[in-house]
Amino acid sequence: MTVHNLYLFDRNGVCLHYSEWHRKKQAGISKEEEFKLMYGMLFSMRSFVGKMSPVDMKDGFLAFQTSKYKLHYYETPSGLKVVMNTDLGVGNIRDVLHQIYSNIYVEFVVKNPLCSMSEPIQSELFRAKLDGFIRGLPFFSARAG
Amino acid sequence: MSRQAGRGTESKKMSSELFTLTYGALVTQLCKDYENDEDVNKQLDKMGYNIGVRLIEDFLARSNVGRCHDFRETADVIAKVAFKMYLGITPSITNWSPAGDEFSLILENNPLVDFVELPDNHSSLIYSNLLCGVLRGALEMVQMAVDVKFVQDTLKGDGVTEIRMKFVKRIEDNLPAGEE
Repeated sequence: MTVHNLYLFDRNGVCLHYSEWHRKKQAGISKEEEFKLMYGMLFSMRSFVGKMSPVDMKDGFLAFQTSKYKLHYYETPSGLKVVMNTDLGVGNIRDVLHQIYSNIYVEFVVKNPLCSMSEPIQSELFRAKLDGFIRGLPFFSARAG
Repeated sequence: MSRQAGRGTESKKMSSELFTLTYGALVTQLCKDYENDEDVNKQLDKMGYNIGVRLIEDFLARSNVGRCHDFRETADVIAKVAFKMYLGITPSITNWSPAGDEFSLILENNPLVDFVELPDNHSSLIYSNLLCGVLRGALEMVQMAVDVKFVQDTLKGDGVTEIRMKFVKRIEDNLPAGEE
């Protein structure tokens, strides 16, 4: 099992943070382009599943997978979006994404008055904590690919 | 508060007197900096707003409440969870408008005003106006535009403190500009 990469978007679609671990193939487009495409897809996916839902939706969409990877999605009521790509062996990691939000983003960005909340995160401390947290996850494996 | 100790979901204890006095010092300074009470009220509201937009993230992270389905649920969460978490009080919710878009929070005792008596020359100062800003800022971040104001205040001789909240509209999220 392994973690490929992670995106953090704010409510307006700005990519606040991006980092990757085991990503062997790049998309072949600029990162800005990639962030836009990713956010656009999430946005459409969100409104699509909402419209198709036979009953009132609670959490929206949680994850999708292809034959090679799985995309996990978590959105807070305030519109912050956490997106993590992993391989197929990873189950439901909603609580992990919630922890990234509550223990790392809120603690090191929201509670840091010098961090703007609508621009990409510059804080080294945040990066270090996030990296440490991801590397410490039980399904993060250094040699897998 | 130190950053290292601030982590985790348990609420941290701090002296409520220190908190009350700090807020008092803030308002006093604003009264010195601005000529009239209206400007101080405006400034308090603005500061509260800036607190609110960040506080909501802390609130969501700690309380684990999801999105509210209607304004009544929102009112309940504000009174029973948020006020309890941050001020240690639970205001009661009353005076719903028939349309269900407006209600009052009644604060039996407002911890911000424990040692306060308004001097005569500040009769139009809304001492706790920061709270209005906090509520407005926090709700705006969860797609709700609201109007918040004090209608009764124990500092002005009323029996209770009453905050009136009016639902204005839902803020729809839009795609970022320049994309379709």
